[in-house]
Amino acid sequence: MAELRERDAKILMTFPVTASSHLLAEARARGAYAALDKALRTMTPQQVAKEVLASGLQGRGGAAFPTGRKWAVIQYDDGQPHYLCANADEGEPGTFKDRWILENSPHQLVESMLIAAYALQVRHAFVYMRGEFSAPFRRLQGALDEARAAGLVGENILGTGFGCDIMIYRGAGSYVCGEASALLSSIEGKRGYPRNRPPRLTVKGLYQQPTVVNNVETLSNIAWIVQHGAEAFKAVGTPKHPGTRLISISGHIARPGVYEIEVGYRWRQLIYDDCGGMQHGAALKCVIPGGISTKVLTGAEIETLNLDPAEVEPAGSSMGSGGMVAIAEGTCMVRLLQVMLRFYHHESCGQCTPCREGMGWLHRLIDRIVDGQGRLDDLDMMARISRLQDGNTICGMGDAAGYATLGILAKYRHEFEHWIREGRSMYEGNLECRRSS
Amino acid sequence: MSSIVASLMPEFERLRQRFPEGFDSSMTLPCLRRIQELRGHVADEDISALVQWLGVPRIQFEEVLSYYTQFRRRPVGQVRLEICRNVSCSLRGAERLIGHVCQRLGVAEGGTTSDGRFTVTTAECLGSCGTAPVMVVDDEYHENMDIEKADRLIDAMSHADGGRGG
Ligand SMILES: Cc1cc2nc3c(=O)[nH]c(=O)nc-3n(C[C@H](O)[C@H](O)[C@H](O)COP(=O)(O)O)c2cc1C
Ligand code: SF4
Ligand code: FES
Repeated sequence: MAELRERDAKILMTFPVTASSHLLAEARARGAYAALDKALRTMTPQQVAKEVLASGLQGRGGAAFPTGRKWAVIQYDDGQPHYLCANADEGEPGTFKDRWILENSPHQLVESMLIAAYALQVRHAFVYMRGEFSAPFRRLQGALDEARAAGLVGENILGTGFGCDIMIYRGAGSYVCGEASALLSSIEGKRGYPRNRPPRLTVKGLYQQPTVVNNVETLSNIAWIVQHGAEAFKAVGTPKHPGTRLISISGHIARPGVYEIEVGYRWRQLIYDDCGGMQHGAALKCVIPGGISTKVLTGAEIETLNLDPAEVEPAGSSMGSGGMVAIAEGTCMVRLLQVMLRFYHHESCGQCTPCREGMGWLHRLIDRIVDGQGRLDDLDMMARISRLQDGNTICGMGDAAGYATLGILAKYRHEFEHWIREGRSMYEGNLECRRSS
Repeated sequence: MSSIVASLMPEFERLRQRFPEGFDSSMTLPCLRRIQELRGHVADEDISALVQWLGVPRIQFEEVLSYYTQFRRRPVGQVRLEICRNVSCSLRGAERLIGHVCQRLGVAEGGTTSDGRFTVTTAECLGSCGTAPVMVVDDEYHENMDIEKADRLIDAMSHADGGRGG
């Protein structure tokens, strides 16, 4: 709270977006590929990896795993092929921040991937992109073509002898493929089934070779870190959680969009100043902080919080993927949970019994409540099923769905009880924010 | 060999060269996506041709085709309308939009109009939550949708020659 320094540093959204700001010429005028030049000419692969470790950069894909520690598992000189995959699956509902990078700053990703590939001695890097993204695909493909023509991708990059190819691999509609091991199964041309760990993917990943999977936003920080140094990066954000976060905010907010904030930014300031408050001047009921799999926080809870994992986690949630959803007073949480459970049920890949069956049960229970056939003990049953997932599944999806359900049930139980007792919603099943007049 | 696969062979060979050695299995998704772009769905004869060329088992193609929601094994309407029904879109009116489009075209979710023109499906979060609700028309996003905009789009595409050269 004693924080006085203005938190307005930017690492990714540093330029006005225009019709041509994504192109190589303009990116270069802003300094793109200087960090690649610096890394390839003046640093060894270990030095790059050390800089990233020292920066304290943490994953932006949801789990906030330290990037440098993930990379450190790869022995850059062990003579095996290594692979690097940028995770551009962006499937977590509420999240659309990687799309901002892909569409508006693709060269920042390409440059960063090349630097990462150098540090990890990767010759073939992939961007796994969700199948539905067509404009982001065209933008990134265009950037890769420009970079190749300029000698920045492919063989003998910048005349240094280092070579790396980057290919976009497009998915075909599956939320679970955003999970790192499922993503690799998908690049292997199979069903996107998550894999049991161990072995870690950095030991046995794509085609059983050591592989790093990092989120698009995570990777896009690398060029900045190499250019400005780990110390400069750590000066942004907080010492425990350095850097900025791209927050994609949607729902009942007046100005939805992608905002880059420094970790530690005031939550209220983002919602009320930057985003112009709620749609139609409505009151804020609650916020889903980082993708629908993170636990909901009430409007009162976020009032005094800063956007910092060190504050959001003790409050019982997580900044997750940065996919924030603002929800206005008057919204029916029963219907909202129904939308979420339909999604999880639809997306469960079916490998683990607690997830496959649990999602079906949860979905049927909530449908039954909405149909007016619910019983009060259904709520305990839902909580029990949600807890069944905990740690008992191959991937994090089972857990995530469980957290989301428990979060809503804990804070809005009265809405569920009302529906069960009265046979109808407390808020007429409203999901939209209506004008009050 | 299916004529579509035959016509795509030079392109597929080039793609295969770009993958590292031993990545033949990885060709499944890109090849199926490309075939579907041209044919609108993936036919048995396409799979046979790919099996023969790549040496990837047929079952792997069948598994992939049934797992990923974007793949189609059967023809659908000439125009595909997909509307997101996830949280952020629902908070911005997706349910009314889906209801309206289905009613106007006289189909249920997943259905195709009797003239074979439109297929309406729902989708999960498409990464367009800040510009919700989103409707995807033949793979192109139309964002900040509302009922009037949807009506205009459907009007423009209602005839085989309307707007998109049928
Ligand atoms: C069901 C599920 C879906 C996921 N979807 C995504 C996604 O769309 N994008 C992403 O970057 N990470 C996603 N993740 C997280 C990845 O498994 C992985 O942790 C991440 O890509 C690692 O990158 P990072 O360390 O840079 O964050 C998902 C995880 C799960 C369990
Ligand atoms: S938790 Fe669910 S989605 Fe993840 S592997 Fe198991 S069944 Fe599949
Ligand atoms: S919820 Fe519809 S695009 Fe994200």
